[in-house]
Amino acid sequence: MTGNAASSTPFIEIQNVSKYFGDFAAVDSVSLTIGKGELFSILGASGCGKTTLLRILAGFETPSKGRILIDGVDITELPPYERPVNMMFQSYAVFPHMTVEKNVAYGLEKEGIPRVEIKRRVGEMLNMVQLDTFAARKPHQLSGGQRQRVALARALVKRPKVLLLDEPLAALDKKLREHTQFELMGIQYKLGITFVVVTHDQEEAMILSSRIAVMDKGRLIQVGTPKEVYEYPNSRFVADFIGTINMFEGTVVGFDDDSVRVNCKDAGGELVALSDAPPAVGSPVCLAVRPEKIFISKHEPDNTEDTRLAGIVEDLGYFGNLSLYRIRLATGRVVQVSAQNSRRSAERFLEWDDKVFISWRPRSAVLLTD
Amino acid sequence: MIAVAGFRRDMLWQRFTIAIPYLWLLVFFLAPFAIILKISLADPIIAQPPFTPFFDGQGGVAATVDSYLFLLTDKLYAVTYLKSVFMAAVATLLCLALGFPMAYGIARADEGTRNLLLLLIVLPFWISFLLRVYAWMGLLNNHGVINNVLIWLQVIDKPIAFMYTDFAIYVGLVYSYLPFMVLPLYATLERMDLDLVDAAQDLGARPSQAFWDITWPLARPGVIAGCLLVFIPAMGEYVIPYLLGGPESLLIGRVLFDEFFVNRDWPLASAVAIVLLLLLVVPIVFLQRSQARDAEGHA
Repeated sequence: MTGNAASSTPFIEIQNVSKYFGDFAAVDSVSLTIGKGELFSILGASGCGKTTLLRILAGFETPSKGRILIDGVDITELPPYERPVNMMFQSYAVFPHMTVEKNVAYGLEKEGIPRVEIKRRVGEMLNMVQLDTFAARKPHQLSGGQRQRVALARALVKRPKVLLLDEPLAALDKKLREHTQFELMGIQYKLGITFVVVTHDQEEAMILSSRIAVMDKGRLIQVGTPKEVYEYPNSRFVADFIGTINMFEGTVVGFDDDSVRVNCKDAGGELVALSDAPPAVGSPVCLAVRPEKIFISKHEPDNTEDTRLAGIVEDLGYFGNLSLYRIRLATGRVVQVSAQNSRRSAERFLEWDDKVFISWRPRSAVLLTD
Repeated sequence: MIAVAGFRRDMLWQRFTIAIPYLWLLVFFLAPFAIILKISLADPIIAQPPFTPFFDGQGGVAATVDSYLFLLTDKLYAVTYLKSVFMAAVATLLCLALGFPMAYGIARADEGTRNLLLLLIVLPFWISFLLRVYAWMGLLNNHGVINNVLIWLQVIDKPIAFMYTDFAIYVGLVYSYLPFMVLPLYATLERMDLDLVDAAQDLGARPSQAFWDITWPLARPGVIAGCLLVFIPAMGEYVIPYLLGGPESLLIGRVLFDEFFVNRDWPLASAVAIVLLLLLVVPIVFLQRSQARDAEGHA
């Protein structure tokens, strides 16, 4: 895990945690360390066990196996009300019968903090989430975004060691999502509290997080910085789950220096990828290339080092800042390519059924064995 | 034009559907109420019908409040009203104490179990109310099932006189009205977002604190509805005290019956009924106020 100083000191240690519901392993032997002050995301499709893992951290579920330490203290057996952890629920779970102020003060009242200090801290927190003018309102008088701020303020006012966020942006519309995203990052930076976010939205995880853990079927598949999981996925699952990727199944046929030659039926021949740990000749692998790593041109490129394939434009989509192309190869395989629209032009550069060449550098391709 | 005609037909239909409940209330509540009110303002006579006419036949009105004054002078009535209120209140609280955990359990059960449990709650309604009260007589009397089992288990050596006591009335009331408490409570508790309780615990509340801070206030509409659904009928209950209660457990339903059918003092009986109704209107108004407030709070 490079490029992240925060992750060097383990703050949350999840040690070989499993949770079974009957025979079903919702969380399966997960080990993970999260550093102090990190904004860590657990990413996965629904039912992958990410929410169960979060509920284990909050104390709503006890793990069937394994231990959890926060700041060196074993909290595995602690009930939720004794943990130095607070959670922002996906439904926000703002108490409907209490005012905004009461909601935020609730956790401090349970701690038995003097009234004067509660008032001061609640005021500060409401100020920070820009709800000071809404203190006397009831939740039903607030918008979804405001209710989320109440939930956030209510959790943060407790000054937890760890803040757990369950799908924090899922219920917001697109504009508000972007705004909230950066606001969350700002608050996290300002307070230095460790955030653990659970999300199914890979884009959200990419933008928010210092590191991401990708989960599938209760297991951790890959843990790394957003860049690592995007550029160097360790498996077909991660490559496919995060972003879009073209995957060519094939078998290793040979090596040239540090590059691996893979025979891919789909691509109609041999493709080349770089690999530090090349698999044995004859082993089945997957060669994967991101759409934005592929160049598209009308004339055959000169660079013979690059992988070059010919095809026709089957479909194209204009997205303003970029265009997406679906290129059909001679084998019938369709490859997705995205290109920046760097020039403003009334005419399209490419049209349907145009004959084109696609190419990519060998180092742009990822070799996947899992 | 078609659209306009369609709109007007909708309006007509809307008014018609709204009119039905009003018509129902008019025919089966307001009209009988007016009749009872009229009778309560008459004098009893030995005739057919057994009360003086409301209009004196010369364009005047022959109303008297003698019956109401009599209710005030004879202590029996005040005592009976109080006893009825007290017993209905105790039965309501007992239903709440029993019904809340039941409703909570049902609301938190998984879906299959939940439907089965709800079925079990309403199952007694398949048998006539009267038969179920008679069944309790069989259970509670000196040679009844409960005494026999206790004697057989050697817990007691001679039967306990359950029957014809206030205890038997409470058993009957709680047994009969428990479903009316459980169902509205279930409806509110089932709707409640479980995350709210989790959130309270997450913020440092022990489970018992989370219950009193979150679950209880949010269940209040159900508690009020359930309490009224039990209290109101329990207040005027006639069959249960008549069959299970003793001679000293004189409740207002019994008094009402006796004035009508034993003493044939219809005006007095009507006055008893009107006062009973007034006593019940107070909690109903309370319910409506509270419902209006809740509707505002959870819109």
